[in-house]
Amino acid sequence: MTRIVLPELGEGILKAEIVHWHFQEGQGVTPDDDVVELVTDKAVFNVPAPSCGRIRKIYYGEGQEAPVGAVLADLD
Amino acid sequence: MRVMHWGMVDYAEALARQKELVRAVAGGASGVLVLCEHPAVITLGRKAAMSNILISGQDLQRRGISLVAVDRGGDVTLHAPGQLVAYPVMDLKTMGRDIRMCLQKMEQASVDFLLDFDIVARGQEAPEQGGPSYRGVWVGSRKIASMGIGISRWVTYHGIGLNISTDMGLFDLIRPCGLDVQMTSVKRLTGRVLPMREAAERFAEHFIRICDDKDRSSGAG
Repeated sequence: MTRIVLPELGEGILKAEIVHWHFQEGQGVTPDDDVVELVTDKAVFNVPAPSCGRIRKIYYGEGQEAPVGAVLADLD
Repeated sequence: MRVMHWGMVDYAEALARQKELVRAVAGGASGVLVLCEHPAVITLGRKAAMSNILISGQDLQRRGISLVAVDRGGDVTLHAPGQLVAYPVMDLKTMGRDIRMCLQKMEQASVDFLLDFDIVARGQEAPEQGGPSYRGVWVGSRKIASMGIGISRWVTYHGIGLNISTDMGLFDLIRPCGLDVQMTSVKRLTGRVLPMREAAERFAEHFIRICDDKDRSSGAG
């Protein structure tokens, strides 16, 4: 199983808000697909899929904040 | 890093062209600094509140000002002729995926650019969590440049708008970045009307120096 993690974003940025999941649970992704869009103070960014897989579980819904290092979703 | 001068270009067209560049840079091409101006347009970042637009939709339409919701950070901003817009399309993987550093480079390039005209400006740190964002470039209590970026596949797009000779009255139509703040410009501060191409070339010199990019070339796009 592979995890999609909210990566380090630079000094001082501790969390980000989920704006939109481009894929839903059960859908397949390929490497470099932007899977989820998040927003910080002045940046909107997308976290790409680390590998091929199917999204098994999403842990943060749209509008929720996640801390840096949080597991955002599991891939099978 | 290549520099592309797009001149006056419609906002939506510029965004589409940036996304083409994002795909190229994500595929391994060199980073690009795009410099341009836009006809008057109000854009809404992902954090924008409609209450920060102080003019009705009908009045906007009558004045020929577009309203566009976009995939960048930040609140409401305005672009118009006389504002230098810089869009760095860069691979953040080569910068440690450091979003804050990317924002700081844009701020610092603006501060250094303004110092060429004896304008002492400063960047502003990020807010306390949950507080209003004062990020951007300031001269005293007035804001001269606003920014917000988007990132796809760790490649940046959107950027910073630096007021050179923008019609300051247009900013009365919005609460810039959701703040009760007065905007200013190079023209307002110095009385000087700086040709936009000269401003763009100077900004590019500062930005590239700050990025210390070895892959430097220049061309029109």
